[in-house]
Amino acid sequence: MLKFILRRLLELIPVLLISITIVFFMVRLAPGGPFTAEKSFSAEAIARLNEHYGLDKPILAQYGNYLLNLLKGDLGPSFQYPSRSVNDIIKETFPVSLELGALAMLFALFVGLLAGIVASLKPNSIQDHVPMGLAMTGICMPSFVLGPLLILIFGLWLGWFNASGWELPSDRVLPVITLGAAYAAYISRLTRGSMLEVLPSDYIRTARAKGLSEANVIYMHTLKNALLPVVSYLGPATAGILTGSFVVETIFNIPGMGRMFVLAAFNRDYTLILGLVVFFALLVVVFNAVVDILLGLLNPKLRMHS
Amino acid sequence: MSDSKPQKSSLWADSWKQLRKNHAAIAGLVILIALITASAIAPWLTPYSYEEQNLALGASKPSIEHWLGTDTLGRDLFTRLLYGGRTSFMVGICATVVSLLIGVPYGAISGYTGGRVDSVMMRIVDILYTMPFTILVIILMVVFGRNILLMFGAIGAIQWLVMARIIRGQVLALRKQAFIESAIAIGASRRRIIFKHIIPNVLGIIIVYTTLTIPHVMLMETFLSFLGLGIQPPMSSWGLLIKDGAAVMETYPWLLISPAIVFSVTLFSMNFLGDGLRDALDPRFSKERS
Repeated sequence: MLKFILRRLLELIPVLLISITIVFFMVRLAPGGPFTAEKSFSAEAIARLNEHYGLDKPILAQYGNYLLNLLKGDLGPSFQYPSRSVNDIIKETFPVSLELGALAMLFALFVGLLAGIVASLKPNSIQDHVPMGLAMTGICMPSFVLGPLLILIFGLWLGWFNASGWELPSDRVLPVITLGAAYAAYISRLTRGSMLEVLPSDYIRTARAKGLSEANVIYMHTLKNALLPVVSYLGPATAGILTGSFVVETIFNIPGMGRMFVLAAFNRDYTLILGLVVFFALLVVVFNAVVDILLGLLNPKLRMHS
Repeated sequence: MSDSKPQKSSLWADSWKQLRKNHAAIAGLVILIALITASAIAPWLTPYSYEEQNLALGASKPSIEHWLGTDTLGRDLFTRLLYGGRTSFMVGICATVVSLLIGVPYGAISGYTGGRVDSVMMRIVDILYTMPFTILVIILMVVFGRNILLMFGAIGAIQWLVMARIIRGQVLALRKQAFIESAIAIGASRRRIIFKHIIPNVLGIIIVYTTLTIPHVMLMETFLSFLGLGIQPPMSSWGLLIKDGAAVMETYPWLLISPAIVFSVTLFSMNFLGDGLRDALDPRFSKERS
């Protein structure tokens, strides 16, 4: 098991390195430097700025420097906000995104598992069709459709929630639903599918024959095995929630990292883009590895094969 | 002798019969054909141009002249929806073709060759799969300009990974089947085996996953356009229309509602059709599993 975990962690290095390298060169080879848009700067000032940020050195030296700084945990300065470093910006915005993402994930898991279990207990009945119909709607309503519609209905017409912002606890409700709905839908379909696969197996019949209560059979025996596909979906789901936060934070005007990234993309703040992407990549890749390790712990078969 | 002809029952005929029984999938198919046709013949369906502004008109409510109203610049929304459909379907189909062109040969070679080559090729796919590609596409669009061709390529280049995995699994299973072994035994060339025996047998899976990939791709395009990083005005795209509608929804809600409905209905249809095709063409997936 230890070997499995170590191998999985070692694999992180090439993935991260490839991502960073691609993004670094894409950003640096882009037409136009970071200061060309600033018309007010004289050629001299631009030269000075380039020197200050080390942009006058050969690109490979810059790349090496960037990697070295990265090892020290320094993501460099932001061109757009000269007084702040990328690290400062992440420190400020990440907690907001983390809260949004974690709440959305909890929402997705809770609603998804519940709906999936309920649907699987009586397949092809109303109890199945209603949650699965809702799930299909959730999948077909991307966040940028659902979010504005929720604001329109519950924010503007009914006035139950603020249309945007991130101050009150109730401000969390609409963004969390918007971000989590599609994942709740997908998780409910996965749960239903694997529950239906596990329910007819012999050991479940044995559990029933032993006279265990129905709740015990479902939650202690069936769900434990039916959960595997859901756990393996957590990796892609996290990546999706992360990119989904770009849209949701923009729609609801939430001061998180996703909105920061979109703003940076618009402002062509290359160092900030680069820094945020490295951080995003780290999150996604590490979380994927954690999920894989978790799966290995849950399912010994996977460990043996890989 | 009776005149009853032998029942011709190919995989395709069987699948079609099964698909026809699935009302949701057929409804999806009909809606999609209607939407694609309407988008394709857009210039003949509407007297307006998608970019011509009529500022005097401004945002007007749905009326006889403008069925779905006009946007804040006085452009006919129905027209912009049709042209947006053109963009979205085109991106969906082209990017999916890119993913097929890379994914199918890659998966087939990997699965058919097997052994070391296979494990190395699949390891590469696994590693690429863990990369945060959506973010890379966004950067690509930011850095190299919002170029529609670039978008096809970039999105297709992500989606091929899934395709390669699925095809490889299929081919791997097929390779061990008796009819492939006998083809090898009678000395059929490798090329003949791949094109005559393997490809026709994975065609069903390819069709199924193509219909499931297209909505993914369209979602990505609208996602990018919504953020303002995809299709640029005055071109029209559903993502762009939803974005513009959301910006003014308090005063002109109809500008948000109709694009939102059209886009959701399209995704619904594609998912139902995809699920139906999977049930019909891929026996491993029964309805219970999806």
